[in-house]
Amino acid sequence: MTGTATPILELRDVVTCYGRIQALKGVSLSVMPGEIVTIIGANGAGKSTTLMTICGITPPQSGAVFYQGQRISGLSPDLLPSRGLCQVPEGRRIFPRLTVRENLEMGAFFRRDKDGVQRDLEHVFSLFPVLRERRRQRGGTLSGGEQQMLAIGRALMGRPRMLLLDEPSLGLAPLIVRHIFSIIERINKQEGVTILLVEQNANLALQLASRAYVMETGRVTMEDDARALLANEAIKKAYLGE
Amino acid sequence: MEFFIQQVINGLTLGGLYALIALGYTMVYGIIQLINFAHGEFFAAGGYMGVILLSFLAAHGYMETHPWFCLFGALLLTMGYCAMLAMAVEKVAYKPLRYASRLSVLLSALGMSIFLQNGLMLTQGVYDKAYPTEFTHGGLDFGLITFSYMQILIVAVTIALLLGLNALVFRTRIGTAMRATAQDKVMSSLVGINSNRIISTTFAIGAALAAAAGIMIGLYYGSVRYDMGFVPGIKAFAAAVLGGIGNITGAMVGGLIIGMVEIFAAGYLSSEYKDVWAFIILIAVLYFMPTGIMGENVDDTRV
Ligand SMILES: Nc1ncnc2c1ncn2[C@@H]1O[C@H](COP(=O)(O)OP(=O)(O)OP(=O)(O)O)[C@@H](O)[C@H]1O
Ligand SMILES: [Mg+2]
Repeated sequence: MTGTATPILELRDVVTCYGRIQALKGVSLSVMPGEIVTIIGANGAGKSTTLMTICGITPPQSGAVFYQGQRISGLSPDLLPSRGLCQVPEGRRIFPRLTVRENLEMGAFFRRDKDGVQRDLEHVFSLFPVLRERRRQRGGTLSGGEQQMLAIGRALMGRPRMLLLDEPSLGLAPLIVRHIFSIIERINKQEGVTILLVEQNANLALQLASRAYVMETGRVTMEDDARALLANEAIKKAYLGE
Repeated sequence: MEFFIQQVINGLTLGGLYALIALGYTMVYGIIQLINFAHGEFFAAGGYMGVILLSFLAAHGYMETHPWFCLFGALLLTMGYCAMLAMAVEKVAYKPLRYASRLSVLLSALGMSIFLQNGLMLTQGVYDKAYPTEFTHGGLDFGLITFSYMQILIVAVTIALLLGLNALVFRTRIGTAMRATAQDKVMSSLVGINSNRIISTTFAIGAALAAAAGIMIGLYYGSVRYDMGFVPGIKAFAAAVLGGIGNITGAMVGGLIIGMVEIFAAGYLSSEYKDVWAFIILIAVLYFMPTGIMGENVDDTRV
């Protein structure tokens, strides 16, 4: 691990259930400020559930989530964005009948600093110029890649200190994926936003991240430097398609 | 011809009032997919709060000296009162059932409707209560057609409320948050929107509009009765379905159509059956185009 001693995000032995199904069976992980950490794993491993549990959408049955040293498990999810914890969820979840601009404004819903919001809107438009062109269009009419940009832009409107990203590359053409990953890197390097990235595309994710967790059926089965995992034979076979 | 024009005016007046009630059904449905059967009772509560306030003002002579000022004051107070009533109803009868089956919430709404109607009957009695309308007589005379001042007031207030609501829902931050919550509750909480507060606000706004309609119907017909919420409630529900439930513009258009049809059928066919048309329209819409005239793709103004 790098940086200061206290993690910005920590999960301790988190168990989360859907009805009687245990989706997370005791997950522990931690992310240090400024890091890019990735979670990789097969379908149904519990990656999205981990992010939703962090955000309070599916509260843990036992165990706890700490953010900036404070316990956040049990808090109502709508209190987290104002603390700097934002998520770009799986499937993007654009508000389909709000315009692009309204979607972005909703990302800043909790903020009262109108000038700051306006500046951040310009910033998002400069990161993703296509969104400026489409600002009056309904979110639901955007292409998949544009929706992903909008979802990231919407999260950035909340000025996050920590961003959770769930499969930003899903269903996108390689060129767009590269663009989106370069933006993620830029958000991390230039704006100092800590990133927890869930990815199916393990190759890309491990190249971007400094550390990684591997999940299998509700458990963390491996944790290492991203580079070490890229070279790991078992990982190569299971997740890198080699 | 004069008769025709007079009927158009009457239809617009009544239709506007139905539209105001229909908005509450459609907005609540849009946000939590509940047909709020108790909604008609907010309208009735508005009618009664109006008559109580105005009778009080009349008894103290204020209606004689400042009739229009009194009307506006009573309108605002009534809207505020019903907004709070609706928030209380939502908290007691619907919020605890947020994750229960739809049928449970529907039954809770039915129960609430019966409870509120009986509450009104027990506290206010079973007989008609007359509005003090003697101070607001007069009107504009255009030869054979006359607009009473009261009618002008009702139309003006209705238009102002409909425009105001449109601006609120489609132009403000809270309105955008309402639409976001209607479209995706998980995502809206991920951006920091408190959906409980938004739902409560939606109930409050819907009830305030229904309350305004209640007091204006009281002024229009001159009296109110404890069960006045039922029939207009169903007609407004028919209007909401006709417009495409969940669609705000649809509710407004639907209300106007139901009002027009009712007035014209009463004027040219028979007034005996004036309450039947809304039901016929409701059944026809459910049968032939369940998504309503503004459903899905036509000018999408769903919440
Ligand atoms: N709403 C739900 N109700 C019931 N079970 C669920 C629900 N959401 C997820 N699950 C189950 O929980 C487990 C973990 O799902 P999760 O979505 O977290 O996996 P994932 O790692 O994100 O998978 P993918 O890579 O396919 O997105 C799966 O077995 C899934 O079937
Ligand atoms: Mg997932």
